[in-house]
Amino acid sequence: MKHQTFFWFVLPSSLAMLLFIAMPIVSVITQSLYTSHEQVIVEVENCGPFGCTKSVTIDQEATEALRDAEPLGKFAGAENYLNRSHLASGELGVFWTESDGFGDFFSKVFNLPLYRALAFTLTFTFVVTPLTIVLGFIIAVAVNSATQVIRGPLIFFSLLPMIITPLIGSLILFWMVDARGILGHALQWLADDPTLSVKASTPLMWIMLMVYGVWHAAPFAFVVFYAGLQTVNQDTLESAMIDGANRWERIRYVVIPHLVPLVTFVALIQMMDNFRVFEPIVSFAAQAHAQSLSYFIYSDLGGETRLLNSAATTSVLTIIGVGILLSPVLVRTWRDFGKG
Amino acid sequence: MGLMKRVTLGTAFALLGTTSAMAAGHGCSIIEGRISIVGNEFPAIQTVAGAAVACAEGAATAESNLTADHQKINVAGMSGNPAEYTTAIVANSSIVALMNEDVIQPLDGLLAEHGDGISPSQLITIDGKVMAVAFMANAQHLVYRKDVLEQIGVEPPATYEDLLAAAKMIRDQGIMENPVGGAYAAGWNLAEEFVNMYLGHGGTFFKPGSAEVAINNEQGIATLNMLKSLTEYMNPDYLTHDSNATSAEWEAGNVALMNMWGSRTGVLMDEEGSETVVYENTTVGGPMTVGGGSTPASTLWWDGWTVAKNISDEDATATFLAMKAGVSPAILNDETMGQAVWMIEGYEPAPVNAGVFAAIAAGTTPYPMLPYQGLLHTALGDNIADFLQGKESAEQALADIEAAYTAAAKEKGFLQ
Repeated sequence: MKHQTFFWFVLPSSLAMLLFIAMPIVSVITQSLYTSHEQVIVEVENCGPFGCTKSVTIDQEATEALRDAEPLGKFAGAENYLNRSHLASGELGVFWTESDGFGDFFSKVFNLPLYRALAFTLTFTFVVTPLTIVLGFIIAVAVNSATQVIRGPLIFFSLLPMIITPLIGSLILFWMVDARGILGHALQWLADDPTLSVKASTPLMWIMLMVYGVWHAAPFAFVVFYAGLQTVNQDTLESAMIDGANRWERIRYVVIPHLVPLVTFVALIQMMDNFRVFEPIVSFAAQAHAQSLSYFIYSDLGGETRLLNSAATTSVLTIIGVGILLSPVLVRTWRDFGKG
Repeated sequence: MGLMKRVTLGTAFALLGTTSAMAAGHGCSIIEGRISIVGNEFPAIQTVAGAAVACAEGAATAESNLTADHQKINVAGMSGNPAEYTTAIVANSSIVALMNEDVIQPLDGLLAEHGDGISPSQLITIDGKVMAVAFMANAQHLVYRKDVLEQIGVEPPATYEDLLAAAKMIRDQGIMENPVGGAYAAGWNLAEEFVNMYLGHGGTFFKPGSAEVAINNEQGIATLNMLKSLTEYMNPDYLTHDSNATSAEWEAGNVALMNMWGSRTGVLMDEEGSETVVYENTTVGGPMTVGGGSTPASTLWWDGWTVAKNISDEDATATFLAMKAGVSPAILNDETMGQAVWMIEGYEPAPVNAGVFAAIAAGTTPYPMLPYQGLLHTALGDNIADFLQGKESAEQALADIEAAYTAAAKEKGFLQ
């Protein structure tokens, strides 16, 4: 393609990317470097139906001048990144010198919000991603070998978990695993423990969230692999059969090598999605047991007092986290592409 | 106390005022301007917003957006110029967020011109400026099952210690496995329970005259221990139970004692959603005290309306008049009377509202209207669950709360 043709061809999408991806990122990074101005507090008397009380309020006139002069707030440099709600560098230093050993150190570290959220998010990512790929692949192979007549309905049903809105899907599961729900009660019966409650136990809640994650994402992997299966070279498959390869050997030595690039693709997308795990935490009301970086952004923005700079900082940390997580896959893809 | 007196007076006034009100119809035909309401969603607010929206005629436009997520959208929706919402229905905690961002206007001018019919005790005055008009009161108080308490032979508990003793008897006698209920969902609800209990223990949240938090003390530890003792008699899923889920547990007949919002007791006592034995025996008590204290372990709340700052005078006047009509005596009828403890002339208290009146009479503390209280509330909601689950000590939980608050308060410029 000529350079000029190429330029006009990609211009619309580059503009869109600049506008909707690059500029918001620049804005978020900028905001993460600022904090609010020092609030000018004045003592006032508040009166209402329950009588008068001495209280304080923000002096808006005094604060307005500050806001007009520097609308972004006070420049704070890396302060937002290093405070306790984020990387907590100061706290880490203190824990390191004060701890009796590694166990004590790590238990203190995992009491800090960001590191606790990372522990859950990373466990979630590294458990859900491979399971999604394996399950999606199994479904794809199974559907592909079903007779033509039932294939349509099968595909439809396999896609259902993805069609259902995540919030609704997880809410349905939330009620089913309730101690009085059908799944929760079945678990109590299986475990022979009438007090067993998924919602009250952290390990069970983690398992529940991961089961949900796999359930919700498997159809995506399935669709991709199913499409890939349609392009497997039939001649190769037939010659493998003539050579006496059984079904498993054909999958292992013909189908899987053919689908490897797709596995990379699914892994890439899934790792990105799973690192941003959010909806199930809200729907399962799991914030007492599991948090993620996305959940922190949500609670910073939705709290009674909004913490915009903190949310911006967490957003940047999420982008960096996704970048680190994806780097091995990206490097690999780049190398494969270079070879090709 | 003032409220009770005014309600009684109001009844008398309403009788006098009936004729004039009838002459004026609903008295609020607004023909120009824009009215846009954002607020929480429960029956009383639906009544108010419905009456206000009905005022718009001719060129005037009116709409309302009532949602449980109103606090997530009201500041953003009022920050633009012109503001999307011309009024927000708020409570004593949520008005602070609007004040902090300076998006609502003082109502003194509008009151002087159109304020007839609004009682002075409805006015929320901050630093001498009227910032909101209250129309209902709310508080959390005891709700109990009369039949269950009769069965174990105890009086309705007046203290949390009595409540625990009663709960033990109910469990030991095999009547209910988890007889205590409460909105203990991690987050806002759980933080609210801490605030109640901490005030009941006589605690103060901040060092006098500063935004520096001071809850890591004896009262704080006693508060956490009491919360934990209560959870031992609750459904093990309590950390996921908000007010709605707690009400559902009550209606299912699984709970006999709980601390619940006055605005939600109407639903528990009506004939819908529960068996006869449950709704007929659901009884409202006063707020309870704790640890030998005399201040109830509860907080008083008002709900009221505001007017946005960034709107034209025409829209502000239209909004003011519509909201005034929305909380006028004309909205009170057989159906709406029991929806809330109305601060409206002509309101007659129903039995379901007895708890809120008891809370006012007992000198319950109003929820603090400090600019940084919301940050502490968030920090409380995020850090108490670990202690209740036995993952850390009370001291550690309180230290975590203080540290989380301090980090947030520094970012917002309240602490240096």
